[in-house]
Amino acid sequence: MIRSHVLICGGTGCTSSGSQTLQKAFNENIEKFGLAEEVKLVQTGCFGLCALGPIVIIYPEGTFYSRVQEADVAEIVEEHLLKGRVVERLVYSDTGADEIVEKAAKDVSLSDTAFYKSQKRIVLRNCGVINPDDIEEYIAMDGYAALGKVLTEMTPEDVIKVVTDSGLRGRGGGGFPTGRKWALCAPNKADQKYVVCNADEGDPGAFMDRSILEGDPHCIIEAMTICGYAVGATKGYVYVRAEYPIAVTRLQKAIDDAKAYGLLGKNIFESGFDFDLEIKLGAGAFVCGEETALMTSIEGNRGEPRPRPPYPAVKGLFGKPTVENNVETFANIPQIILKGAEWFSSMGTEKSKGTKVFALGGKIEHTGLVEIPMGVTLDTIINEIGGGIPNGKKFKAAQTGGPSGGCIPASLINTEVDYDNLVALGCMMGSGGLIVMDEDNCMVDMAKFLLEFTVDESCGKCTPCRVGTKRLLEILDKITEGKGTLEDIDKLEELCNYIKANSLCGLGQTAPNPVLATLKFFREEYIAHVVDKKCPAGVCKSLLSIVIDQDKCIGCGKCAKNCPVDCISKTDYVAPGHKLPSYTIDTSKCIKCGACIAGCKFGAISKK
Amino acid sequence: MKSLAELQAIKEKMKSKIVLREGSGEIRVVVGMATCGIAAGARPVLNAFVEEVNNAGLYDKVTVTQTGCVGLCQLEPIVEVYEAGKEKVTYVKMTSDKVKEVVEKHLKNGNIVTEYTVASVN
Repeated sequence: MIRSHVLICGGTGCTSSGSQTLQKAFNENIEKFGLAEEVKLVQTGCFGLCALGPIVIIYPEGTFYSRVQEADVAEIVEEHLLKGRVVERLVYSDTGADEIVEKAAKDVSLSDTAFYKSQKRIVLRNCGVINPDDIEEYIAMDGYAALGKVLTEMTPEDVIKVVTDSGLRGRGGGGFPTGRKWALCAPNKADQKYVVCNADEGDPGAFMDRSILEGDPHCIIEAMTICGYAVGATKGYVYVRAEYPIAVTRLQKAIDDAKAYGLLGKNIFESGFDFDLEIKLGAGAFVCGEETALMTSIEGNRGEPRPRPPYPAVKGLFGKPTVENNVETFANIPQIILKGAEWFSSMGTEKSKGTKVFALGGKIEHTGLVEIPMGVTLDTIINEIGGGIPNGKKFKAAQTGGPSGGCIPASLINTEVDYDNLVALGCMMGSGGLIVMDEDNCMVDMAKFLLEFTVDESCGKCTPCRVGTKRLLEILDKITEGKGTLEDIDKLEELCNYIKANSLCGLGQTAPNPVLATLKFFREEYIAHVVDKKCPAGVCKSLLSIVIDQDKCIGCGKCAKNCPVDCISKTDYVAPGHKLPSYTIDTSKCIKCGACIAGCKFGAISKK
Repeated sequence: MKSLAELQAIKEKMKSKIVLREGSGEIRVVVGMATCGIAAGARPVLNAFVEEVNNAGLYDKVTVTQTGCVGLCQLEPIVEVYEAGKEKVTYVKMTSDKVKEVVEKHLKNGNIVTEYTVASVN
């Protein structure tokens, strides 16, 4: 009889930090200690705390082990599983939460940590809990119960009403009400309609859709089937990028299993309703995340957007009425059906209901995935759940919405994060990437980085986007090289507004957002680059020089050894109190790599 | 699968296997599994608890888990039963046969089996 479950994260993050070898080691040791009959090993999806992977959770205690190495496995098996003694040195606990410090480490379970406590997991409820490759584990967690309810008790109109009343909005970026999208498609008559799931997650730093597909693939299948029933579609496509091999494999297995169990295919639950699902692999073009470009790509053509209207609800995939939703949006549907519109709309803010998953990245302790109710402040997300900024640095800004979004400066850290508040700041929710920046990040450089991305990813179909973003980037290059003028800043702004107004699709219309947002909140940084020819954060290489403080230098010569271009040499000057002559940098040869600063133990070298 | 009843049947079957991951049930049965406990036969006791709790259909109410040495080594195997709002009950010198009785009388029906508790030792 099984008395304990060992959950090993098999998400992309933990897989790359070595969780597959752990699995093998656990198997061997469980065998060795004769526990095979008592302990079950389960590979799950992402737990969310990717920075601390590989992660292992042992139930029923719920003990949360982080950064587990192969060498630790024998100890965990012998001590914890055999003798009931938690291996305290591997248990994760947030140092910030007082009550946890007071508790003995063995009592700390996942749900006690500050990282998880403020979260509300609806979309991610099964991620890191069930084995995504086992359809029966999904069924045990109420899986396919929503589909059963829909097909046996509800009319398509009922389903659309529940989704509309719940207030669910598209989680892919725009925030269009999901119920309304379905309602627009439902009445359109056609011999074939389609449901498309957009899993072409392209924002740098966002990976919630991947984690959902990896950790709970059946919830997407169930939701798409429900959507098909509601709008009268019998065929669905999941458009997922080929760069997500684990997600693709698990989703394919899930589709095959669902078909074998009769949960996909003909006459589901003897309701007379048929639904079939297929995966289409994308090649990773950012523009294919735009709904019309995505459909063009599924049709087998080059992924380019087309003008709307006609909207996909009228004329979408293969010219037929189509509903397209993002992975995270779909993942909410089964729970909304089971628990009701009221339950869902009780969470969140007035116009943004439910929860949102954020991918935390950048200068933050807990890099990973978190799900929180809409309307939680940025402060809570960063300092409480995210564990704050590392190395005692100061929070400067958070970038949201990837290359289509903007940034929220430190002065607005108490902003309640929801769709409308972000839009009001010139930001957008996007797919939920949240990159945290500290005092060492240059905002002009950040805008330039995101623009380089859009310039690369512009499909080239319309001129404002193809040519306009390139010109924007050239102006930013000029500014970061110290050759900019005040006039350039005005030009930048004018061109941004022009691109926004005239581009064909969302990619171009939002591409200038990072520039506009940084101009709005950090204009003084642009001016410092242009007028003072300085980069206040010390990032833009052309604008900084590295100097040695002659009086602090003790003359050890380490910097000269570290310098890859041999531009540091001895002087004749011996500072008072020192025995050896100090060193100096030939700024004409210096490449500003910073190797000398990193190596100096006396703090004598700095960026100016 | 053709009907909701079949879906429900799979759910029921799987629920007992997965409920373990939902954290603590209302009642926690903790078996001392340090060297002294294991030497005195705590492992069969632990396994008996897991099995009996399942057989009695109490898997979503009772969590069976283990701990280290409680300090009363001569009385091992020791089992402690925690229930919210009630005092902890400590059973000593447990055996698989006694487990059956404790599950049936105490965990299922709420009557403490006093003759096996630590209080009965003196």
